[in-house]
Parts: sequence; C-alpha cells; structure tokens
Amino acid sequence: MNKTRKITCIVCPLGCEGEVRLDQEGNVTTDGFTCKRGLSYAREELTAPKRMLTTTVRVAGGDRLLPVVSDRPLPKDKIRECARLLTAVTVEAPVAEGQVICPDILGLGVNIIASREIKGAAG
Amino acid sequence: MFEAEYDVVIVGGGPAGMAAAVGAAQNGAERIALIERDDELGGILQQCIHNGFGLHRFGEELTGPQYAGRFIRQVAEYPNIEVFLDTTVLEVTPEKQVYTVNPQRGIGRFQAKAVVLAMGCRERSRGAIAIPGHRPAGVFTAGTAQRMVNREGYLPGKRVVILGSGDIGLIMARRLTLEGAEVAAVLEIMPYSNGLTRNIVQCLEDFDIPLYLSHTVTAVKGAARVTEVTCAAVDEELKPIPGTEFAIACDCLLLSVGLIPENELSRSLGIEFDRRTGGPVVDQTRQTSAAGFFAAGNVLHVHDLVDWVSAESETAGRSAARYARGLRAAAGRLVRVEAGSGVRVVVPQRIDCAAAGEYIELYCRVASPERNLTLALTAGGRTLFAQRLPLAKPSEMATLKVPKDCLGENPPEAITLVVKHADRGEEI
Ligand code: SF4
Repeated sequence: MNKTRKITCIVCPLGCEGEVRLDQEGNVTTDGFTCKRGLSYAREELTAPKRMLTTTVRVAGGDRLLPVVSDRPLPKDKIRECARLLTAVTVEAPVAEGQVICPDILGLGVNIIASREIKGAAG
Repeated sequence: MFEAEYDVVIVGGGPAGMAAAVGAAQNGAERIALIERDDELGGILQQCIHNGFGLHRFGEELTGPQYAGRFIRQVAEYPNIEVFLDTTVLEVTPEKQVYTVNPQRGIGRFQAKAVVLAMGCRERSRGAIAIPGHRPAGVFTAGTAQRMVNREGYLPGKRVVILGSGDIGLIMARRLTLEGAEVAAVLEIMPYSNGLTRNIVQCLEDFDIPLYLSHTVTAVKGAARVTEVTCAAVDEELKPIPGTEFAIACDCLLLSVGLIPENELSRSLGIEFDRRTGGPVVDQTRQTSAAGFFAAGNVLHVHDLVDWVSAESETAGRSAARYARGLRAAAGRLVRVEAGSGVRVVVPQRIDCAAAGEYIELYCRVASPERNLTLALTAGGRTLFAQRLPLAKPSEMATLKVPKDCLGENPPEAITLVVKHADRGEEI
C-alpha cells in the first residue's frame, strides 16, 4: 500500500507543515517536521491516528446534559460511531466527576467518563 | 435590603472571578464575596465541553468543566469566600458599593474595600457586523449554539454554515457534525484563520469540512427560516468581489466573529478605557485608573487560553487583597506602555513603578501572522528589551517577561512595543 499525506503538525504552536509517505514495504518516510515529537505525530497520523472524544449524555429527569470525555484517545475512525452510541445513553443523578459512564466503549479498551459532577435532585 | 461589608467583592464567577477569589483569599483578604448571575460557578467553561484546557496551568489537557471543577473545589476550600449565585449585579458605584438582585434576597448592597471586575466577554452579533438580507430564524452566535447543544440538548440546525474561523466556530463545526448535523462550510474573511491550528486540523480537516479563506457572507435568505446564504470572495480591503458570489443552501448560520469585553457595569465608574482591547486600562497589578478597582480576564482583554485568565486573575485578586488591607504603596512613577508598529494590543497599558516586582509580564497580540520576529520594547528610539520569537499569530497571545531594571533608574514616560525582523535588516 502506497500512501502520501500532507500533515500539519499540531504538537506545538509552530505548526510545521510536512509530508508523510508509506511505501509498499511499510516504510514510513517524512519531510518537513523539525523535531522528534513532530515526527512521531506525523507517523501516527498516517498509520493509526487517534483523537479524544468529548460529547454529552442525557441525565434522567434533569434539564441539563452531562458532559463526558474519553479517558484516553480513541482511533480516529471510530469517533463518530462512539459519539452515535453515546446519544442513546441516559444516566441517573447524582454523578461524580470521573465516574465511568460507558466502560470499554465498542470494545476499544477506552472508558467514557463524566467530566463534571451532577448533584442529586435533593442537593 | 440585604447589606454587608466585604474586603473584596468580585463581580463574575467564571474562571477570572474564581481565580481572583482564590488569589484574594491566599493574600489575607478576610471577607470575600464572589457574585455570579448563573446558578453555578464556572462561567463559559461549563459549556466548553471539549478538551485542551489547562496545559500550562496543570500540565494536562482538561475539558472546560474539568478545569472549572478544579477552581470550584479550590474556592470551596476557603471559608472566607462567600459565593452568591443567581445574583445579578445591577450597578457598581465609584464608592465601591455593588448593588445586586437575587430572587430570594431581593435587592442587595455590598460595600467593598476593593472590587475586582471579572464579567468576561460577549460575542459580536449579526448587528455588529451588519450582514444584509432577511431576518429569518436560524441565525445564532456560535456560543449560543454551543450552549444549546452542550447544555440544553438541542441542535440549532441540520445543515449549517459558519461565518468566522475563531476557535468557538471551529469547535462547533466538529460538535454539530458529531451530533448528526451537516456543516456545509466555514467562511473566514481574513486570508488566515483566527483559530488554533490544532482546531483547524481536528475540527475541520478530520471531517472534510471546507474552509473558505478571504470569503464572507453577503446575504441571508429565507422568510421564516434561513434557506440559503450568499457567499463571496473578498479583496484586500475585505470588500466582496462582484461576480464571485455563490449560494449555499442551509437552515442555520452561526457567527463566530469575535468577542468583546463586557464592560456595561464598568462604564459608570469613570475609569479609563483602551480602545484597542475594549477593556479598562490597567497597570501590572491589574488596577484600573480608579484606585481599588481591579479587572482581570476577558473583561480586560479577550484571551485565547484560560490558563492566562487564571494567572492574570490571581494577580488581580492578590492586588485587591493588598489594597483592602492598606498594604499598597502610593502610586509611583507611571510608565505608559503603547502598542506600536506590528502590535495590535498590549496589556498592561501602564506600569506603576512603585508596585513593580523584579519582572513585569506583558501580554500582547501581533497585528498579522509573523515568523522569525523580535518583539522590542523601545523608548525614544532606544531598545530597552528585545525577545526573539519563532512565530507569532494574532490569534495566539504572546507573553513577554520584562526585567524591571531595563526601565533604568529614571524610567521614561512611555515605552512602545514593536515587531521587528532581523532578517529584513531592521535594527533591533
Ligand atoms: S514538528 Fe516539532 S517543531 Fe514542528 S510543529 Fe511539530 S512539534 Fe512543533
């Protein structure tokens, strides 16, 4: 598989623009990234890009949503599917910050956790 | 009427107000009132559910609510910080009386020794940028849409065009896509984006959302609801170029066209304002031109990172506590700090030499994106201090740590911050 992609590095504010190539033998070559962190970012962007997911889930009986976040980056091509799955989730208050809302989402080994506290109806 | 006396009264319980309260508490203020109109602390952070906050402050990437949570817990650790929720400030008087209204307590009067203004900012609206055309439903500011989607659970539209490539607009492009809406395009009138590169990549490119640079919306169409917007390329003077118009069908237009410090309450204080920042003129302690009134966060100048809002607001809180305790020295020589060529804004706008520590931190924004530049502090043609930067953009605030000594024994009346380019043969 031959792949070439232009990538803007986002690891630091300099925003180097470079190119990453993957040849038939699976060798990765790059151009334009001026440091190691940028190189490994560019490689990962071509071979296994990852993203954090933030979205919301419903709270039973509440008038506000609960913001949630993945506890680690997810494969980029699974982001939409994960977000879709979470639209069907409803949680009961109270919720503690950091509480696991959806364990091991899609079997990817990543938990979706609450990113804030929601007090119970009484408090 | 509810009446009480406080050392420090803080107007606004967002990131600026919370950090100011903590800063005041840590510096010996005995009674602190933190006044917030919403039903919880945290301000805009509570609707910024995406991550990326706190890298400078906490060394990790937090979501907005997580960042707010850390400060909410810090505020709760100080029994001398009293939090007043659901409380709207009606007026702040030059005598440091803060009038409020609350559904349970009715009208309140807080007498303060020092006041911190921390009201944040608001979004520029359609009126502010005067887009011609009809006035149908479906036109929102990006922040309003953010609140609808992230807190209330409504989608503002199914097919959306976003005008302005500021960070809130970019974040909303991704957010709406993940919630099932289609984002047809993002238009930016400038030839460069005003958002972070990271947001361009992760919010637009990841979802194949086109970004049209040097383009704007010239008309909004639709009777009851938006049905279409007309777009056009703009020339160097940002004027639409005839003949380049094209239409995009949509049921929603979001505006992400800038933020303005919210100074409705500060206007009656008779303090000096900076036309460039839209906020009060302050010294390095964040004291305004009226003694005992401090300002910090987006009410002072619009920040791009909340980390710097927290840092600045702690300074304001600390300074307010010192003022309330009678520890602030009488004003010394005041040095004006001016934004010169290549610099759009600089804060603080003056330095009180009597209150200056070893270093003075200047926050600034350049006027256009630059590589390999030098920020130079000059007075009467002489360079007092210079710092090289590999890159600076208008959308990313630069910080300059200036040693007080460079002002000399007899500090000049005014110093000017300018952008210079060594590689273009400019003298530094
Ligand atoms: S390659 Fe290195 S220097 Fe360039 S943007 Fe990436 S992290 Fe920064």
